[in-house]
Amino acid sequence: MSLPNPADEGITFDTFMEGVWRQNPVFVMVLGMCPVMAVTVSAINGISMGIATTFVLTCSCFLVSLLRKLVPKEVRIATYIVIIATFVTLVDYLIQAGSLALYEALGAFIQLIVVNCIILGRAEAHASRNPPLKAVVNALGMGLGFTIGLFALGGTREILGAGKLFGISLFGEHFQPWVVMVLPPGGFFVLGGWLLLFALFRGKAAEGGHTHGA
Amino acid sequence: MSIELRTSPHQVSDRSVPTIMKHVVLSLLPVCAFSVWQYGLSALALLLTITATCLLTERLLNRSAGQPSTLGDWSAAITGVLLALTLPPSFPLWMGVVAGFVAIAIGKALFGGLGFNVFNPALIGRAFVQAAFPVAITTWVPAFSAQRFTELVPTTLTAPLMMPPEIVDWVKQQAVDAFTGATPLARWKFENVVASTYDLLTGAVTASAGETSAILILVCGLYLAARKFMDWRIPVAVLASAALTAWLFQWYDPAHYPSPTFVLFSGGLMLGAVYMATDMATSPVTPLGVWIYGAVIGVVTVMIRYFGGLTEGVMYAILLGNALTPFIDLYTQPRVFGTRQQGKKK
Repeated sequence: MSLPNPADEGITFDTFMEGVWRQNPVFVMVLGMCPVMAVTVSAINGISMGIATTFVLTCSCFLVSLLRKLVPKEVRIATYIVIIATFVTLVDYLIQAGSLALYEALGAFIQLIVVNCIILGRAEAHASRNPPLKAVVNALGMGLGFTIGLFALGGTREILGAGKLFGISLFGEHFQPWVVMVLPPGGFFVLGGWLLLFALFRGKAAEGGHTHGA
Repeated sequence: MSIELRTSPHQVSDRSVPTIMKHVVLSLLPVCAFSVWQYGLSALALLLTITATCLLTERLLNRSAGQPSTLGDWSAAITGVLLALTLPPSFPLWMGVVAGFVAIAIGKALFGGLGFNVFNPALIGRAFVQAAFPVAITTWVPAFSAQRFTELVPTTLTAPLMMPPEIVDWVKQQAVDAFTGATPLARWKFENVVASTYDLLTGAVTASAGETSAILILVCGLYLAARKFMDWRIPVAVLASAALTAWLFQWYDPAHYPSPTFVLFSGGLMLGAVYMATDMATSPVTPLGVWIYGAVIGVVTVMIRYFGGLTEGVMYAILLGNALTPFIDLYTQPRVFGTRQQGKKK
């Protein structure tokens, strides 16, 4: 995978869409799988996790991009981690104050956003080489792509595992829950299924010449 | 006179994958017939539905991959029939369809088709539905009920995605004597009641569709072994190691552990040992490896039955054996004739 580094280019539509489609964190880069697997037992959990990650990602990328000329190369990773950890702590307290139920459902995975590969990966690969506005646009796209991925997994697992979507019953009270879908193996089955589908879509799109910038 | 020059081989065996597979299917027919005689229409519907699902899935995946049809090698049919035989006769048909699809799609096609699969496809299907529908897969119905050829078990025709109805009242109406709704293994584990060996041998017990009559499975297995369509060492190793383990435990504490005969003839051990463990694609090929493989399955089965949360352990034991197969093959390579043994000096 070649990392695109068009530092001289301005902000294009692809800067945003890169994370949604061509470099989707869940379906293409397969990064940050730990929260993807662990919290996606329901659609709402997936979306909340996605939004929390997007917030941290966007803020961190903005700050990293601002400081990119000040930070010495030798200590950059440590600096990024400090920046990311700051925003993770912020999100942690925000969710705890906003919804204790959600906080308990997501558990340690909020704190673990700090070691999510996507955030450090984007800080290093994109934000540290691009101006702030472009970094933010790209980070928003990445965050959206990650949220879509988490929603796809969470939604599928909630529909099959509980017969509900966002807590609303879809099939009536006699629905037979697929217990395996809310267990860890279900996460792998569903992720595999979505990777297959996404690869098919991407293949079809490539044949039709609709790829974004690639 | 013309002389035709040819390179070897000069004599070709008529044994091919389809031949072997066809004979395995044929040898399963008596087991199926007994199951239908015992459980009636529901067992028949389950067998037909799952086999059809497996064949259809195989064909669809062939087509989507742009490959020629592999239906002719009979392996999808074996998967379907075996899978149906390991499920309870009351299993809802739509769950059977899920199991059949998972068995072929995830268990076999995903790895590249017949011969490339790491695990026995039928057991993958069963493991999936056991994890997904733990209640339905442990709901048992009595054998030889009077109306078995005229009506289906209420759970059989459950609407897709819906929960099967409660059948306790229906089972009571069947008025079969002494039906407890539990398999011999469950009764031993939770009530410490050991079923009689005669009942286990003839199939007069609660069980999955095809694992009831140990004698019938043994006879069919003997046919396959006699025609050399399967490696007789695998079932022998599985059964011997299971019996030996059971015997050791019984010798240690006769009051608590059942006899080796009970262990051998109850649950799915016979069906698993004869038909599942011997799957050619997922069992070792070396002479020593086959014995190790069988022994691992037998011992793990007994361990799961005695100490695990589940009442039956054959499925996971065989899947574990399948997973170990590449390692067993790697470390039990026989010495090539004429070469020196490693570390030995002449």
